[in-house]
Amino acid sequence: MITGVPAVGNLIERIHELAAALPREVCIMEICGTHTMAIYRQGIRSLLPRNVRLISGPGCPVCVTPTAVIDRMLLLANHPERIIATFGDMIRVPGTQGSLQQARGEGADVRTVYSPMDAVKLAAENPARQVVLLGIGFETTAPAIAAAVVEADRLHLDNFIVAAACKLVPPALDALLQSPRARIDALLCPGHVSIIIGANAYEDVVRNYGVPCVIAGFEGDDILGAIVRMLEQIADGKACVENMYAQWVKPEGNVQARELMQRVLERCDAEWRGLGRIAQSGLRLRECFRRYDAFERFAVPEVESREPRACRCGEVLQGAADPADCTLYGKTCTPESPVGPCMVSSEGACAAAFKYGE
Amino acid sequence: MCLAVPGRLVEINGLNGVVEMMGVRREARLDLVENPAVGDLLLLHAGFAIERIDAERAADIFRAIELSAAEGMEQ
Repeated sequence: MITGVPAVGNLIERIHELAAALPREVCIMEICGTHTMAIYRQGIRSLLPRNVRLISGPGCPVCVTPTAVIDRMLLLANHPERIIATFGDMIRVPGTQGSLQQARGEGADVRTVYSPMDAVKLAAENPARQVVLLGIGFETTAPAIAAAVVEADRLHLDNFIVAAACKLVPPALDALLQSPRARIDALLCPGHVSIIIGANAYEDVVRNYGVPCVIAGFEGDDILGAIVRMLEQIADGKACVENMYAQWVKPEGNVQARELMQRVLERCDAEWRGLGRIAQSGLRLRECFRRYDAFERFAVPEVESREPRACRCGEVLQGAADPADCTLYGKTCTPESPVGPCMVSSEGACAAAFKYGE
Repeated sequence: MCLAVPGRLVEINGLNGVVEMMGVRREARLDLVENPAVGDLLLLHAGFAIERIDAERAADIFRAIELSAAEGMEQ
């Protein structure tokens, strides 16, 4: 049931009223990259009082993928007999040496796909070639990747292979909130990840860290409305999960999608850019589907990787630095010539800040 | 990357569906939603429906959104 949404002007007024009564600065982290983009695009930061700060979190899958994984994907691409199928955001992310775009310029067959199922189709149409899907994403995307593996298996497409590097949001929230550097007073929770994991998934965060969690959609009034709720919780000295995207997000989430994901993928430790290694925060193919695992099938070695020098993406992803705090930002690092992933991805905080002039 | 857009389910063929969004028809996989039915409002991500709302509830939601938008304009 959707209750009446007050006009935007009223929401902004209410935010200022609540903020004026707060004795200190409040930091709200938006976890999701789509929220980051929506916040910058709609100029929401400029509407807020000085003591309400929005900080971006680790919610851009491309951005949190560390250079070492990008480098291994580049190694996979470096074989002309393979077709590399990837979501568009990945193409320009720099590895230690070059990007997929450069690899394409040097002869690699790198294709942008919209759906994991496009990669299955490519495998069916090109039986003599191996099609490697670069499987990056959070809980929203992981079930789709799992479904593609099941479909390839049903069609006996042995030339369909996945470089699975999906990540899970709740373990990253734990790592962030446990970090001594963290200054997070409330979490704006992602709309679409929450469709899969459910509103109940944030109950532990509320219980363990006393941080209000509000799930919201992506329009300006959705985001402002969520900020009102977070400030009201802080003013009342309480913390709970509020679901303001209830037309799509159920308390229990999408059980069918999670079951499919769990049938194909299992949890593993994973490295995050900026956050380091987080226990049980990644997904890899289960033993029974391991033959579709690109890293195993092609025995891709671990490589010596270098993060770009002076790049502060790692801190930006933890909300510990704003894009403009980085000395490269807007100078040597621009969307045309990105140094770090946060400037590449359309959902990266640096790209959003640069595009919308902050 | 977690972008998702709503569309109306107009055709079902096993796990493949056809969805209409703003007058444009495109394919959508239905693996991730339970008991999809023609007329459902689906939320689509990476070619997959990740959630569904049945036609009746979708109509209620749209009525509520229109109502609140109208209230907002009056204020």
